[in-house]
Amino acid sequence: MRVVNVLIYLVPVALALGLMGLVAFLWSLKSGQYDDLDGDAVRILPDDDIS
Amino acid sequence: MAETIDLSTFVERTPDGDSHITLAVEGVGCAACIRKIESGLAKLPGVIDARLNFTQKRLTVDWRADAIDPARIVKAIQDLGYGAYPFAPARSEAAEDRRAKQLLRCLAVAGFAAMNVMLLSISVWSGNGTDMTQETRDLFHWLSALIALPAAAYAGQPFFQSAWLALRSRQLNMDVPITIGVSLALCLSVYETASHAAHAYFDSAIMLLFFLLCGRYLDQMVRRRTKIFAANLASLKAEFAHRFDADGELVRVPADALRPGDRVLVRPGERVCADGTIIAGSSAVDESLVTGETAPRSVGAGATVYAGSINFSGALTLRVDAAGSGTLVDEVERLLDKATQAKSRTVRLADRAGRLYAPVVHATAALTAVGWLLAGASLHDAIVTAIAVLIITCPCALALAIPAVQVVATGQLFRAGVILNAGDAIERIAEADTVVFDKTGTLTLPEPRADTAGIDPDLLERAARLALSSRHPLAAAVARHARERIPYPGAVEEPGAGVRALIDGAEARLGSANFCGVGELTPPGDADTDASYIVFCHAGRIAQIPIRQVLRPDAVAVTQALTARGLDLVVLSGDRPAAVRPVASQLHTEKWRAGLTPAAKIAAVERLKAEGRRPLMVGDGLNDAPALAAADVSISPITAAHLTQAHADALFLGERLAPVLRAVVVARQARRLMKQNLALAVIYNALAVPIAILGFVTPLIAAVAMSASSILVTLNALRARLTTPGDSGAGTVAVQIPATLRDQAGTPSKAAAKSVGLECVS
Repeated sequence: MRVVNVLIYLVPVALALGLMGLVAFLWSLKSGQYDDLDGDAVRILPDDDIS
Repeated sequence: MAETIDLSTFVERTPDGDSHITLAVEGVGCAACIRKIESGLAKLPGVIDARLNFTQKRLTVDWRADAIDPARIVKAIQDLGYGAYPFAPARSEAAEDRRAKQLLRCLAVAGFAAMNVMLLSISVWSGNGTDMTQETRDLFHWLSALIALPAAAYAGQPFFQSAWLALRSRQLNMDVPITIGVSLALCLSVYETASHAAHAYFDSAIMLLFFLLCGRYLDQMVRRRTKIFAANLASLKAEFAHRFDADGELVRVPADALRPGDRVLVRPGERVCADGTIIAGSSAVDESLVTGETAPRSVGAGATVYAGSINFSGALTLRVDAAGSGTLVDEVERLLDKATQAKSRTVRLADRAGRLYAPVVHATAALTAVGWLLAGASLHDAIVTAIAVLIITCPCALALAIPAVQVVATGQLFRAGVILNAGDAIERIAEADTVVFDKTGTLTLPEPRADTAGIDPDLLERAARLALSSRHPLAAAVARHARERIPYPGAVEEPGAGVRALIDGAEARLGSANFCGVGELTPPGDADTDASYIVFCHAGRIAQIPIRQVLRPDAVAVTQALTARGLDLVVLSGDRPAAVRPVASQLHTEKWRAGLTPAAKIAAVERLKAEGRRPLMVGDGLNDAPALAAADVSISPITAAHLTQAHADALFLGERLAPVLRAVVVARQARRLMKQNLALAVIYNALAVPIAILGFVTPLIAAVAMSASSILVTLNALRARLTTPGDSGAGTVAVQIPATLRDQAGTPSKAAAKSVGLECVS
């Protein structure tokens, strides 16, 4: 019976974590972070804006 | 040129009153280019934001309304060394965009649900072997239902909609068994859970959706990418015309904005932007892009000229005729309509497999149920087994088998300089067994080249630098040979005659023989009817430079390699027989025909098809467009006429013909992989279906079988990346587009403009 009690909070926690990941992905999709994948790959290269 | 450019048709207003324009940019190859353009534009007054999308090679600029003329933005980008062309996003593209995002959202939801349901299912599977109580198992099943039912309702939409559309038009597609399988599996699982059974199929249903969505998304990605590049090319090629305003002033407008009755000016060296009748001026026009004929035709007032021809010598004023009223264009359009209609729609491999598959799946499931009932099983057991058959046969691997290969092959082709216009072009290129070449502009280079053999290099260099100041096409051929690409100061071009300048204190002239004051020269050696001559004189020295059409540098090697791969070689040209014969003999082909009209070209292609052949047509002229549409599959060089490009299934970049060969090699390999993948899917079914029919399929077996087969076909698809370009046999072109366009000569934007036939802009 102790094993099942653990499930009462572990299952919701697992589901909540999964949902958070899903929401984060949908948010990043909506905010256009996948619109220019090649561009983002090369944009991190030049470092002249550090100085 | 100082006259105004009118870009107002491309400017959009944002809701907060600012202006917005999208430009297709070319010549962008690295991170530094992005910074250069974005920061360069940010410096312009009134510009709020400039953002370059590197994947799509498009630039969006926002600026405060009326603070700056959009033409200045385009000019600023050109000054930075890049080409920028206004771009009107097509409505279909926005729809594709939405669909791609919807698929990605469905994929995310299905992925989330599959992970969590699987988490619960694995607990149940392992618990079934040990001491899990029935209450815990039921709880886990109900939790699975809680996740899987809403997720399936959301993520399954693409399939449900497509299945509904197919059923309404009384057809079967792949989505029908998918929809039936998924919904039955879910319903059965709920029923089983309610009756405290040991097995529920929530995991199978949701994982099935996840794998299917992966395939759908890959397929969509290929189609979207080809569409984006096709649209960019169209805007790169969009031409500008010099139109006379009501008050007689010249304004540069996009050629699409021209209306019948407008008066336009076409200067020497420019491309004619619309069909029209000449009202003033006389000239010679090069109609090689229209008819394939290489000798210029002289025209005067009253004559009709066609869009796409190049004005050689004198300035022309045209009255624009109603679109398609020109007899030739009219005929081409009419033939095109017919060819596109008559073209027997080749059924895509995936659809063919799908059509065969759906009835078989349904029949097998039904027979299973009937069989078990006859064998004395209960109704419940019979239905459970039938549904297991439906689930296990759902075409997971089948749905991934072809899209995965297409994605990899499209990327390979893109790197080789081939851009696909049609998503299923790969399959059709692979099936071709005859290759039909046009001559002018396809086997030969689009622009004529100067033959510099036997000309003093020093004299040639001076002639070439002087030629830099001329817009005449013949002069452009000479200008290619300039080592020092700086025009002589004070060079003056006399339209229709030539260009002159003072060099080292003596006058130098480049142009017609008369212009150089040498009278008619007799061509040296044997009379060469194919060549035009341009004369250069300076300080008493005279050079006569022949200029002629030359074969693409690797034409012979590529055609030989194509023949070696079992393709038959045919040359169909609109040019004179005398001009075609030497080309055909160089390529070692007996099958050539010259002087063909567009209708005759179609007839020739149709005859090949009637013989049971599958022709691959390579052509660039307006006269090739109907034949391109009639052929099984077609490829055009990037320099091709507008209408022609629109009807080609693929385009290739650069001066070499090698991309055509590469396209055939890659396509054939892709097709081989597609077939292998389909075979793998069939083998999987052959193994899994008997197990399902016998009633041994537990959810665990279904999950393992589905994932294993999907991963197997994806890995097999990735093998397409393993071919090295060296396989193509001839010279290779492993160049990126920007490199191809930029490396040709001179400043990037100018060279690029030239290489895509943009003589109207500069």
